Amino acid sequence: MAPQLAITLVFFYWPAGQALYQSMLRQDPFGLRTKFVWFANFRKVLADPAYLNSIKVTVVFSLATAIVAMGVALLLAVMAEKAVRGKGLYRTLLIWPYAVAPAIAGMLWLFLFNPSIGSLAYLLRSLGIAWDPLLNGTHAMILLVSAAAWKQISYNFLFFVAGLQAVPKTLIEAAAMDGAGETKRFWTIVFPLLAPTTFFLLVVNTVYALFDTFGIVHAVTGGGPGKTTETLVYKVYNDGFVNLILGDSAAQSVILMAIVIALTAIQFRYVERKVHYG
Amino acid sequence: MKFFGFAAGFAATLTLLSTTSAFAVTQISWWHAMTGANAEVVDKISKDFNASQSDYELVPVFKGTYPETLNAGIAAFRAGQAPDILQVFDVGTGVMMAAEGAIKPAADVLTSAGMTFDKSQYLSGIVGYYSKPDGTMLSFPYNSSSPILYYNKDIFQKAGLDVDNPPKTWNEVWEAAKKIKASGAASCGYTSTWLTWIHLENFAAWNDVSWATQQNGLAGGDVELKINAPIFVNHFQALADLAKDGTFKYGGRTSEAKQIFLAGECGIFTESSGGLGDIVKSGMNYGIGQLPYDTDAKGAPQNTTPGGASLWVFGNKSDEQYKGVAAFFAYLSKTDVQEYLHQKSGYLPVTLAAYEATKKSGFYDKNPGRETPILQMTGKAPTDNSKGVRLPNLPQVRDIQNEELEKMLAGQQTAQQALDNAVTRGNAAIKEALEN
Repeated sequence: MAPQLAITLVFFYWPAGQALYQSMLRQDPFGLRTKFVWFANFRKVLADPAYLNSIKVTVVFSLATAIVAMGVALLLAVMAEKAVRGKGLYRTLLIWPYAVAPAIAGMLWLFLFNPSIGSLAYLLRSLGIAWDPLLNGTHAMILLVSAAAWKQISYNFLFFVAGLQAVPKTLIEAAAMDGAGETKRFWTIVFPLLAPTTFFLLVVNTVYALFDTFGIVHAVTGGGPGKTTETLVYKVYNDGFVNLILGDSAAQSVILMAIVIALTAIQFRYVERKVHYG
Repeated sequence: MKFFGFAAGFAATLTLLSTTSAFAVTQISWWHAMTGANAEVVDKISKDFNASQSDYELVPVFKGTYPETLNAGIAAFRAGQAPDILQVFDVGTGVMMAAEGAIKPAADVLTSAGMTFDKSQYLSGIVGYYSKPDGTMLSFPYNSSSPILYYNKDIFQKAGLDVDNPPKTWNEVWEAAKKIKASGAASCGYTSTWLTWIHLENFAAWNDVSWATQQNGLAGGDVELKINAPIFVNHFQALADLAKDGTFKYGGRTSEAKQIFLAGECGIFTESSGGLGDIVKSGMNYGIGQLPYDTDAKGAPQNTTPGGASLWVFGNKSDEQYKGVAAFFAYLSKTDVQEYLHQKSGYLPVTLAAYEATKKSGFYDKNPGRETPILQMTGKAPTDNSKGVRLPNLPQVRDIQNEELEKMLAGQQTAQQALDNAVTRGNAAIKEALEN
């Protein structure tokens, strides 16, 4: 058997199978009493208002994170292209945040915006904004999205810079000679030609916001206040590891697995095909 | 990163294995969740125990936060690799009690090793909490704490409040907090850690009102929450009203509010007695008072309930290992060990002898307020409302309470709505946990 196959079996199929089996069990934390319940856990999870709320939170969070991370990155990439001197330095500095671990990124933002000790929170308050992410769900969400998006900007920046360099200069120059202004050139020539990159990044960013932001949520809000920032991944952790309801938690992770499979299929089918100019 | 963790763990295991073979002693593993100064206490106690005899070697292993340690223990049990001793926090007590097949009661561990366990030597409020309804002690109390009131004397002075007389009732706290805020002595009057533990569980015990049916769950069976009774509603409505203009400031679900108090933002603060270390370290001019009580309650103040953690022994271990655990528990009960634990960490001593010895040494005269948590817990014989709270899923129920209280403090619902919701949702969760 090929070693990569063995690794896939041990590290993917085995745990995935375990999760599937566990999702049909109702069990006490210690595994002393076990009852096979078929799909009862799934029915329960899908009927739970807290789970539906968590889906809503995840959609808002993922979209907001993807849009902010990509918008800012695109702006920075366009500016970087325009820079005459220090282009290399400017790019290097912008790539740095990618090396920061999600939990650390979360802590950085938490310190900046902590209602009692954060310097930026102090600034907001002196501007007359009652900044309180501990009790205000919207504030907590803004804080989370900022931290998650900030972390992803570098990655998007790299791809946009590469994408911009692939835009033929002749097209832009021709448009300039025809009298098209800078804004017009960007929206009618550069942006459409960047579409494949943008679509690729949209998928990557959504997947990132969906699954790789556990560390940030855990460090910044812990899902609170109330349940306003409890994403699907965080709920799996909270139900399984804090509340010790293993069946529900396993059922939720099986649902997440289905979402990942669907997203991967979309990526292969559409993105891979369109990422090359054709 | 994962790989390095694995490699490091592997190396550590190898080292452990090699040391095991070097000595012909029985190793006793102890998984704990202590950090900072409290971790130093664990290490010192272990070292001293190992030096005191040559048959057993106690190996303490830090496993993360309280919930992480509990989960590590449960996962290890499921994999057949449970440690001998696991430190479990108060909230996890119900979880452990429901797992009768997985654990060996601490009382059995001691008696099967030929030792006697004399209950009267221990502080009854603490031992009672970790016992079955029939009185069998299930786990050994290691670090117990009780919520108390701290106040910033400098802020009190500025606000024109009596520096030597901290508020005794909640109404006095509200008044003092308003005065602090209005006088400009501080930007907020009052803050608190652990709203669920201090303002619900201990509030109920201290005022001698029911938190839930079945003796707050201690008697087992169908338990229903009682926390939407008028006394709770009035208390939380007062808190919610004070939160509107920032007289009360919310810090978070666990001990985050400590930062607010240490930063000098609030004048009054309720928190565990175990949190004293950091306040002493900050150099603040602080004072300590009893946990405030509600003047509407007839029996108040009654007694507070223990928080902190206890040591659980897993089942299916060899006789030799149980003897080692028993020897350690006996060592831990010694007066000088308990005295050290109490004075160094701020947690309560678990034996009466250690308490008396500390009193005699003049420690409380030099450190006024350090006796307060003990007096609170032992002042009166506990009633059905004040022996503690116990649910198979207390972490989950506390989460629900926190969520509803946060919505209330954000002004989205009244105290009545918040507590009604907490009861409805909490009861549903309890019912489901009991069905498992």
